[in-house]
Amino acid sequence: MTGQEIREAVISILSDIAPDENFASMKDEISFRDQFEMDSMDLLDIVLELRKRYRVQIPEEDYPKLDNMNSTVEYLLPLMNP
Amino acid sequence: MDDSQRIVITGVGLTAPNGNNLADFRAALLNGKSGISPYEIRYFGKTLAGVCHFDAAKYQKKKDLRRGTRAGSIAIYCANEAVLDSGIDWSTVDTSQVGVFVGITEHGNVETENEIHNIKQFDYDCSTWSHFHNPRTVANNPAGEITLNLRITGPHYCLGAACAAGNAGVIQGVQMLRLGEVDLALAGGVSESIHTFGIFAAFAAENALARHENPTKASRPFDKNRNGIVISEGGCILTLERFSDAKKRGAKIYGEIAGYAMNSDASDFVLPNPERQAQCMEKALKKAGLEPEQIDLVSTHATATPSGDIQEIAAIRQVFNGSKKTYINNTKSFIGHAMGSVGVLELAGNLPSFSDGVVHPTINCENLDPDCEIDNLVIGTPKSVGNVHYILNNSFGMVGINSVVVVGKVNV
Repeated sequence: MTGQEIREAVISILSDIAPDENFASMKDEISFRDQFEMDSMDLLDIVLELRKRYRVQIPEEDYPKLDNMNSTVEYLLPLMNP
Repeated sequence: MDDSQRIVITGVGLTAPNGNNLADFRAALLNGKSGISPYEIRYFGKTLAGVCHFDAAKYQKKKDLRRGTRAGSIAIYCANEAVLDSGIDWSTVDTSQVGVFVGITEHGNVETENEIHNIKQFDYDCSTWSHFHNPRTVANNPAGEITLNLRITGPHYCLGAACAAGNAGVIQGVQMLRLGEVDLALAGGVSESIHTFGIFAAFAAENALARHENPTKASRPFDKNRNGIVISEGGCILTLERFSDAKKRGAKIYGEIAGYAMNSDASDFVLPNPERQAQCMEKALKKAGLEPEQIDLVSTHATATPSGDIQEIAAIRQVFNGSKKTYINNTKSFIGHAMGSVGVLELAGNLPSFSDGVVHPTINCENLDPDCEIDNLVIGTPKSVGNVHYILNNSFGMVGINSVVVVGKVNV
């Protein structure tokens, strides 16, 4: 998957997790939690959906890498292109 | 009794398969409108059910709906509607003095079935199990979701009381107000059971799931050809206040909880016990300081199982034998068995009798079972009976649990 495809996959997950939010205006360098009404349970939801949809296993110590879109795509690129 | 110990109903919020507020629900009960329709659920397949069609997004964001449970959603809708109906200015309420008491027949089966269905798609890999399973399945979930939604910081919990649960929620609210533990109670019951295939399969296994080619005629208590329960979802939450507080704020008052009782059969897992049911009614009458002939209306629990209806009528005969002015009706014939919510829905649907003097009927009883015959059973069409002063509401449940609430008209 390309970085753009991963970004779209993450947007799709976020849209399911936080359906009241508008992700079109997302700033990729800013933390999800600073831009949107999201909490620690939402982070767990992102991890769960990545596991279910793409069989990507993310250890707890790597959760901080899912802070914003840029860091998330960078982290997922090798995992989703094994 | 001192006005601070008298507990009154000042608001009603409900969703039933045939109405999403008291006015619509009452109109359906007076117009013979059933809420039962064809229904299909995974594994079990095609059946019948009472489905609620309230606007779940009225009081919840989409995200909260996704995170929470159907039971929580029903509870939140009903609680908000009850507060609205009560006329209470919520912005002035000390929510640390509000208690939430919700009766449930069961909780968590829907979510557990969903998760098992989910992990089946992943070859039972438990790492795909949702982290939301805990908050969704704790037994206080429906009551707790109300507190999250309305920012209530007083006590909340659910009362697991099988099909006697709706009355149990109301009784708990009354007791907590009388003890001075809360100043306002949101009390009642909810059920989301139609979203679990297990309950359909279980009633079918007991040969107690209703079947009929016309869904609206399937729930037929007291009919000779009745063949079981129609399972429904629903909810009803009441605002309960001390009479002194309600008078002070000039509240509309639906009625007063005049008496109540709960007891246990201690005799069988499933089969009812008419002797204990009669004792429960007698205890509630005693607490209310009333004689049977002072009760104008008995709202029956009857679910349309072959033996259960006969047992309840036997219990009512024992208590009310000779009372010429006591009428008898049934609400499940319209809405099916909405489990944890049904007792309080049945109570709510009859409250307007205090003002309109009409007793809604039991419907679908085309051939009255001789074993269910009893004087003043209102069948088919509503009956104007004049002044209604007291209603006695029966709710009975499995493993032998009985609850009775007596409500009286209040003249302010």
